Amino acid sequence: MADKLRAAKKQPDHPLDDLLRRDRIPHIWCPGCGIGTAFSSCLNAIKSSGLERKNVVMVSGIGCSGRAAGYVNLDSFHTTHGRAIPFATGLKLGNPDLNVIVFSGDGDLFAIGGNHLIHAARRNMDMTVICVNNLNYGMTGGQVAATTPNMAKTTTTPRGNPETPFNLPHIAYAAGATFVARWTILNTREITKSIEEALLKKGFSFIEVLSPCPINYGRRNKESSQDTLKLYQEKTIIKNGAHPSEIDIDPEKGIILGKFVDLQQPTYIEKYDKICRSLMNH
Amino acid sequence: MEFWRVPLDVDEIQITRGIVYIIENRCKGCGYCIQFCPRQILEFSPKFNQKGYHPPVVKNSDDCVNCHYCEIICPEFAIYSVEVSDELSDSYNEIGDDNEFNEEVNGKSNPHR
Repeated sequence: MADKLRAAKKQPDHPLDDLLRRDRIPHIWCPGCGIGTAFSSCLNAIKSSGLERKNVVMVSGIGCSGRAAGYVNLDSFHTTHGRAIPFATGLKLGNPDLNVIVFSGDGDLFAIGGNHLIHAARRNMDMTVICVNNLNYGMTGGQVAATTPNMAKTTTTPRGNPETPFNLPHIAYAAGATFVARWTILNTREITKSIEEALLKKGFSFIEVLSPCPINYGRRNKESSQDTLKLYQEKTIIKNGAHPSEIDIDPEKGIILGKFVDLQQPTYIEKYDKICRSLMNH
Repeated sequence: MEFWRVPLDVDEIQITRGIVYIIENRCKGCGYCIQFCPRQILEFSPKFNQKGYHPPVVKNSDDCVNCHYCEIICPEFAIYSVEVSDELSDSYNEIGDDNEFNEEVNGKSNPHR
């Protein structure tokens, strides 16, 4: 009995500690930042997918979310700005057994890396892209980004953003992604399920995760991290299968979440092997 | 929990119980676990951790149903819950007078944190 109690007294490790570089934790993300939640769902998905750890790799670009590659206890690489997808493409082509996860932010994937993203989606490269969308360039001081909503205040748009933001799932879908989903960090179980599905699926998968940025975006728009989550709770509508062209982020109409696209298409490697390698053998 | 009408199988349903563990020095005091705990069992601790944030503390540990929501919403990997197995809860009931153990299960003090 005493032994049993002693065992009960010892605090067990955090269930994700084996996937984390514990010496790097606590991480650098600000209090209230949602990247940590998106990252932990990603780790949970890796765990529940049952994939062999040595075959899962994570690539990230520059920005707050780019730090994820340094915290995960898997083979990982932190690339230069915007180049996470080309690096991941090379990894996958070099070793097709790998399951490649690209974990990066909206600025990295859709602004400087926008071309790489659309072409990887066009080719249907077999990889899972997780895009943490915090609506601004958080790490560099909260400048306006391609995803900043119209009229939102940032350091570079103090009177409100005059531009129209990107609708990320629509771009991914239009470019040819075969799996497209959008969730907020509040829908943690759904993100985990979507990432798991995407990991086990062949083809280009894109998952957008809306996340609060309380320090650089929230502060200038009078929105604490708790307010942002309350907004997610009240203004989001889950509509699986909605057409990606109808899901602009507009809190007044309601932010539409869900799994929008799930198609089966031959991947780049399959087509390459069929067309180029079989010719070489003849 | 209050029901609008009492479900017919309310006596048969077994509610799981959990122990919440908090790694205080990882916490940055965002308060998500406190805000979104479905049973409202957490609150801010009056004391500070190493970084100067107020970590959460369990106020009524008996209400935890081991739903893991605090664990998955926490951006800091700082809180998680573990199911109380039958053996454990038996031993817990037997030594109900042992203050040290009781306090720890209640999350009031924990030398390992």
